[in-house]
Amino acid sequence: MRPLRNILLGLAVSLILSGATTGVERFPPPDFTETDHVIPSPTSPGPRQDVYEYIDAVVLLVALGLASYLVLKKRNRRAILTLTVFSLLYFGFWRKGCVCSIGALQNIVFSIFDPDYAVPIVVVVFFLLPLIFTLFFGRTFCAAVCPLGAIQDLVLARPVSVPVWAENGLRLLAYVYLALAVLFAATGSAFVICRYDPFISIFRLSGSLNILILGGCLLLIGMFVGRPYCRFLCPYGVILRQLSRLSKWRVTITPDECIQCRLCEDSCPFGAIRKPAVQWPAQEYYVAKKRLALLLLLLPVLVFFGGWAGSGLKGVTSKAHETVRLAEQIYLEETGQTEEVTDASTGFRATGQQIKELYEQASNIRAKFEFGGWILGGFIGLVIGLKLIGLSVWRQRTDYETDRAGCLACGRCYKYCPREHVRLKKMKEVAGKW
Amino acid sequence: MAENNKVINRRNFLRDGLWGGCLAALGVVAGASARKNRKNDLVWQIDPYKCIACDRCATFCVLEDSAVKCVQLYAICGYCDFCPGYFELGATVLETGAENELCPTGAIKRTFVEEPYYEYDIDEALCIGCAKCVKGCAAFGNGSLFLQVRHDRCLNCNECSIAVACPTGAFKRVPADEPYLLKKVDHA
Repeated sequence: MRPLRNILLGLAVSLILSGATTGVERFPPPDFTETDHVIPSPTSPGPRQDVYEYIDAVVLLVALGLASYLVLKKRNRRAILTLTVFSLLYFGFWRKGCVCSIGALQNIVFSIFDPDYAVPIVVVVFFLLPLIFTLFFGRTFCAAVCPLGAIQDLVLARPVSVPVWAENGLRLLAYVYLALAVLFAATGSAFVICRYDPFISIFRLSGSLNILILGGCLLLIGMFVGRPYCRFLCPYGVILRQLSRLSKWRVTITPDECIQCRLCEDSCPFGAIRKPAVQWPAQEYYVAKKRLALLLLLLPVLVFFGGWAGSGLKGVTSKAHETVRLAEQIYLEETGQTEEVTDASTGFRATGQQIKELYEQASNIRAKFEFGGWILGGFIGLVIGLKLIGLSVWRQRTDYETDRAGCLACGRCYKYCPREHVRLKKMKEVAGKW
Repeated sequence: MAENNKVINRRNFLRDGLWGGCLAALGVVAGASARKNRKNDLVWQIDPYKCIACDRCATFCVLEDSAVKCVQLYAICGYCDFCPGYFELGATVLETGAENELCPTGAIKRTFVEEPYYEYDIDEALCIGCAKCVKGCAAFGNGSLFLQVRHDRCLNCNECSIAVACPTGAFKRVPADEPYLLKKVDHA
């Protein structure tokens, strides 16, 4: 009797529900009548638990605090190095390098421009903590906490000095990278910093070959040129540089007074030690003054030209957005310029969405890229202009100092200072002249 | 270590002002993101209704062995004898020989339940997320086989490589407390 009852019940239920059923159900799921087979449900293993994310945030806080203490108070390179190794292992290999502070920048930008996207609190913490610490203690995050910095710091074997013009020129790449990353994140096109993170494949011990090669090359260069990614590419480093200029405390080469012994002069592998400088010779001063006036006038021109060029590139930059790419493909297909269809265009046609709507969406996005291009290009023009102005300004210095922006707080210079040896009581203080 | 020059001159005044401004700006960023921030993390998942079962999930994942696997939602499976997700279209005999199977790695297990029903289970260790079975099941069956990101494997990259490659935007971020997007079970 049971099977019959089941069938009747099933029929009744399906009659009631027949109006509500949607989707394809070609073969009704069986009622197992002969056996008592229970229909299983699929397993759904959960993601990494939130509690680990909070642990990561706490570890970041502790590591930043410890790094600042070791760099500024203890002045101990070996301890800094130990923390660097720990950070590489924890934030790099254990945590697989994601989310990192550098990439979190894009999540923050994305959340500002996309009303639907809410940033997880841990991502906010990873973005803000290093910035706040930098405002107080300088770039101690770069020194010993950032896993990308750590891996490069550890491979630095034979540092060569980079000429000043190359250093300044290459650094512009980081500004361009930052501007592009912000543009792409703000338009919801891509997270380029993550896509081209050079060391992520090494941290994960798997990944695309191209990125692995990129990372390998950077590490190879990094054996001779100190921390190439940090100095010339890192978009987060750009922000840290500027905040570090204002930091309350900072790395000083000497623990107390500079005795002008020149021993530290070549000790920085990142070219961040500034020599004492007296006044410019009158002749040079006159030329520089004229140049500065010219550059100040040129600044608005550079900003405008940059913005104009940036917005003119919208055809190229907007291709980063998938909707634009899809609309372009559909346009080619509709106008008969191509026979080939892509998965994306087939998928789009299957949704039954109007082509006109798609075109409209794409042109809206292009307009965003045009506007964003003005800002991006203007920003790059401004950076170039300010850089040129900075090169024409003479800053008087009496002592050997670290460059506030460029100093990565690695602590390599400490041991070169004789005053440091006195502080550590490895050397007796000599009265009188040095 | 400490900045000793507590002299109030124009440069220090400007610097302190700028410093305070930067701190305030960071506060604003924190506030703006806290206004709508999420306690939970976000994870990647595939919307099965947007997925077109291309094979990119199998190849674009940064993991050697993709985090995307096929899921069998038994509740909408027809338990067919001739399963279009299991057998090659041209299969003449409904036997579990490799030559008849659609799955390139033999990850689907076919077990007899009762006449005429068979149950199909996915062996996740073998599944590579190529979606061949998904295509078959969607075309000729109930569509009970579909792809999902398995969160015990997924590294939750900030930018998912598969999401970048996905042609239909089926990859999206979902709250970590509801990490799966299973198809709806419509029948009673």
